[in-house]
Amino acid sequence: MLVILSVALLRMRDLFTVAMLTGIYSLVIACFFMLQDAVDVAFTEAAVGAGITTVLFLATLSMVGREEAPASRIHLPALACTLAVGALLVYASQDMPAWGDPNAPVHQHVAPRYIEQSADEVGPPNIVTSVLASYRGYDTMGEVGVVFTAAIGVLLLLGNGTRRRRDSDGDSEDQT
Amino acid sequence: MIDKPISMKSNPILRGVTSITLGPILLFAWYVQWHGDYGPGGGFQAGVIFAAAIIAYALIYGLDRAQRFIPPKSAEIGVMAGWLLYIGTGVISMLLGANFLDYDVLASDPLHGQHYGILAVELGVGITVAAVMIVLFYAFAGRRHR
Repeated sequence: MLVILSVALLRMRDLFTVAMLTGIYSLVIACFFMLQDAVDVAFTEAAVGAGITTVLFLATLSMVGREEAPASRIHLPALACTLAVGALLVYASQDMPAWGDPNAPVHQHVAPRYIEQSADEVGPPNIVTSVLASYRGYDTMGEVGVVFTAAIGVLLLLGNGTRRRRDSDGDSEDQT
Repeated sequence: MIDKPISMKSNPILRGVTSITLGPILLFAWYVQWHGDYGPGGGFQAGVIFAAAIIAYALIYGLDRAQRFIPPKSAEIGVMAGWLLYIGTGVISMLLGANFLDYDVLASDPLHGQHYGILAVELGVGITVAAVMIVLFYAFAGRRHR
């Protein structure tokens, strides 16, 4: 399913369809996470990947047009690089522990403590929330910082959309 | 979509569906925000859902009306306020004698303290994420709108 979608994505030239397909791709991945009982991740993927990202793509498309420029010929070094990295990843995946293996290193480090003691130490029945907001509070703070930085970057590059309308001759930014 | 605001505005099906679903979407965002410690979800998802509702409103009813509901200025303030609320929670727990972002001391017993801390932090995440998404959309759509 995902492979079919990826190939379709690569072959499309109409960017509007591509934006829609990316949304569907995210939705399929969300279902996949759901099947693995990772509801929080699935929820985020559905809301962010299938929802907001698609809308932002569409907003961008309405500015740049929906036709992709015709692709140039195949770039050989890039192809070789991609194939090499892909082969490395497949090779590395041989060493990964079996899916759902309880003895995998990732399940042996801090996970047992989270599962056994988060109800006494933190409280909320949803362990994901305890880990995100309490045990891993620093990480989440950094993530919010990343989101914050994204907004600052876009504001610096594009302006906030209103300021320019008020003073019509405006600053030196070009108006499309 | 945005380049034809007139046709989208006058489409009765789109208008009807939007006006029916908008309320439940906002309510759902609220639920996801405050119920994140019992079910799936939390500040991040709630912020995105809230922003999605605002963006749908802007798409159907026009950017101007959405900006009258949430002015760009207050969205920009929200971007900062959410993160400051997060960091502020950490600073308060530090002032009360614990480590940064250790919520045990926010209430008389650690479990309640953790609960309050998580709620505050998640609210901060939700405000920042929603505001950032709205700011991004305003920046993109406002550029075209001109």
